[in-house]
Amino acid sequence: MAQSATPVEDVVHSKLTEALKPTSLEIFNDSHLHSHHKAMQGSVSKETHFRVYITSSAFQSKMQPARHRMVYALLKDELAQAGGIHALQLQTRTPEEEERIKAQEASGTN
Amino acid sequence: YLRKANSQAFRHAARPAAARPSALRFLTPFQARFLSDATRQAIDQAVKSSPVVLFMKGTPETPQCGFSRATIQILGVQGVDPGKFTAFNVLEDEELRQGIKEYSEWPTIPQLYVNKEFIGGCDIVLSMHQDGTLAKLLEEKGVLAPMEET
Repeated sequence: MAQSATPVEDVVHSKLTEALKPTSLEIFNDSHLHSHHKAMQGSVSKETHFRVYITSSAFQSKMQPARHRMVYALLKDELAQAGGIHALQLQTRTPEEEERIKAQEASGTN
Repeated sequence: YLRKANSQAFRHAARPAAARPSALRFLTPFQARFLSDATRQAIDQAVKSSPVVLFMKGTPETPQCGFSRATIQILGVQGVDPGKFTAFNVLEDEELRQGIKEYSEWPTIPQLYVNKEFIGGCDIVLSMHQDGTLAKLLEEKGVLAPMEET
């Protein structure tokens, strides 16, 4: 099997899928938008900044900080290691919230 | 005006000198990873230094990170009273930068605290700003600048 060019993204995908059984999971690699920043000088990784949109019923009855902490806990190693994930933007929704937001957008209100 | 007041508050509160023993400097990165009592106490002091506390990269005048900048801008738009606000620059202090992540159990900066309660990072502050819950929280906690008489 060929080696992946996106090992960090692969790990994020598999860990979140396995633990949270999301109905929707989108991972965007924004590293190229930040690679010129001073903090990123000397960085060899092309997988430093991610945006993750995840919808899962595992988030029900949890406030946002608690939901984010669930994701952070799953990605603890990737966040902790030198040269690992530097920034992680999260959008954490339940399936019900996702439905409601989609309906609002479709009907033009909001 | 938010910015000027912040830089004063920040300088004052950022160095609780008595709470930082120099012994910490000689610890290896591994040893230093665990939050020492002294660092925890220093962060406790920081978190209660004002009703609204932001741990950020850079200063309110010159943020060093887009996410920190966005968060400061939102607090400005919300009209937080500068007298009730303190910002701490984690880039000035490596002990704070690592310590705050363990203290808050949150791996990224910026981090917002209101009345010693952890609120969230940039994403959460932004979404609360957009759905009105941030305005409500800040108003309830009495941290907004008084409205000017017109």
